Amino acid sequence: MQVQDLEKIFQEKVDQEIKIEPRDWMPEAYRKTNLRQISQHAHSEVVGMLPEGNWITRAPSLKRKAILIAKVQDEGGHGLYLYSAAETLGMSREQMIDDLLSGKAKYSSIFNYPTLSWADMGAIGWLVDGAAILNQVMLCRTSYGPYSRAMVRICKEESFHQRQGFEALLVLSRGTAEQKAMCQDAINRWWWPSLMMFGPKDSESTNSDQSIKWKIKRKTNDELRQSFVDMIAFQVKVLGMTLPDPHLKWNEERQHYDFGEINWDEFWSVVKGNGPCNKQRLAARRKAHEEGAWVREAAMAYAEKKAAREKQKAA
Amino acid sequence: MKIQIRKFHYGDIPEEKAGGQTSYYKSTEQSWPLWEVFIRSKQGLDHKHAGSLHAADARMAIENARDVYTRRQEGISIWVVESKNIHASDPSESESLYEPAADKIYRHPSFYDLPEEVKHM
Repeated sequence: MQVQDLEKIFQEKVDQEIKIEPRDWMPEAYRKTNLRQISQHAHSEVVGMLPEGNWITRAPSLKRKAILIAKVQDEGGHGLYLYSAAETLGMSREQMIDDLLSGKAKYSSIFNYPTLSWADMGAIGWLVDGAAILNQVMLCRTSYGPYSRAMVRICKEESFHQRQGFEALLVLSRGTAEQKAMCQDAINRWWWPSLMMFGPKDSESTNSDQSIKWKIKRKTNDELRQSFVDMIAFQVKVLGMTLPDPHLKWNEERQHYDFGEINWDEFWSVVKGNGPCNKQRLAARRKAHEEGAWVREAAMAYAEKKAAREKQKAA
Repeated sequence: MKIQIRKFHYGDIPEEKAGGQTSYYKSTEQSWPLWEVFIRSKQGLDHKHAGSLHAADARMAIENARDVYTRRQEGISIWVVESKNIHASDPSESESLYEPAADKIYRHPSFYDLPEEVKHM
């Protein structure tokens, strides 16, 4: 069969909402795009453990500590689901980890911002996980089967992350003047980076959108960003706090909130490695990987020894 | 075939824009084998494929599966199988394997019209 025919069959399947599975024929660019997107998503989950892990020992109560540990553990699990999905596309786990540690592969820039106060844990849950959920709910319907299944599993666990964040801020928003100020400060610092999570504006895209045609993605960056702004602009009122954007205003005609321009120079600067914590995050990952090497080797040596012994016994 | 994807999505920054280093970080470690995990959600139901993970041996695979796939009471029993031991049918053969079943409607009970007096058959 000719490549054009295979591509036609492939596109027909996608159009009919038939999921693509690992052993099905797929265009090389589809494989590559998925591989890049899923592995970056996996890296984001893993690096995402760092800013929050920073506060586990300093959580204000045992309850909050237990919640934070559970959330960070979930993120490790999400990383695993996603790495597994990416592996079905033909790249080894080691290769993906190597690419992360060498700085070749990217992860979500949001995790290159520091977590300065306890209120940041709330703001991350509410804003960062809130933004991630919009993207992830859409990805539950992505065309690549293993990615879609991983997303369904992740979404089931993720809503607790957003709710606990909002609730943590709610408690602060009803607290002392100092706690209120801390809450507002965290929102101020996390608002714009959260908006950047959706990526560049649609108008920055010069080509027709292949990802949408292949149903890897089903909504554009701007569409997702707008739903996020609408959702958060409403919820922030419940907290009695404000968002740091003087241009934020309900637009009766559009039935959406208008909002100000994102600082795109900052966006690209952080993507390119010059954010406040890029070096620190990668250094932490490298250290964990290197210092864990002996554990991985020992476990393998033990498993091999045990297998050899059993073989000997059987003989 | 060359398809350029120029649109950048969340978690999807193209390499030429990302400014990543070219220096290579290469581990020489031998990797743990891959395992497929099957979970029985409750007594009386089948084990169902839940996902996969890497582990040095079966015991570690079960322990890791417990940590990763049953944190919210999703299971009461776990099977693990090393992925290399799973054999799968070939997608290119699906026509010859599964389509013949499509025209055998007489295999289904609804194919048979029975008088109404015959209840519950």
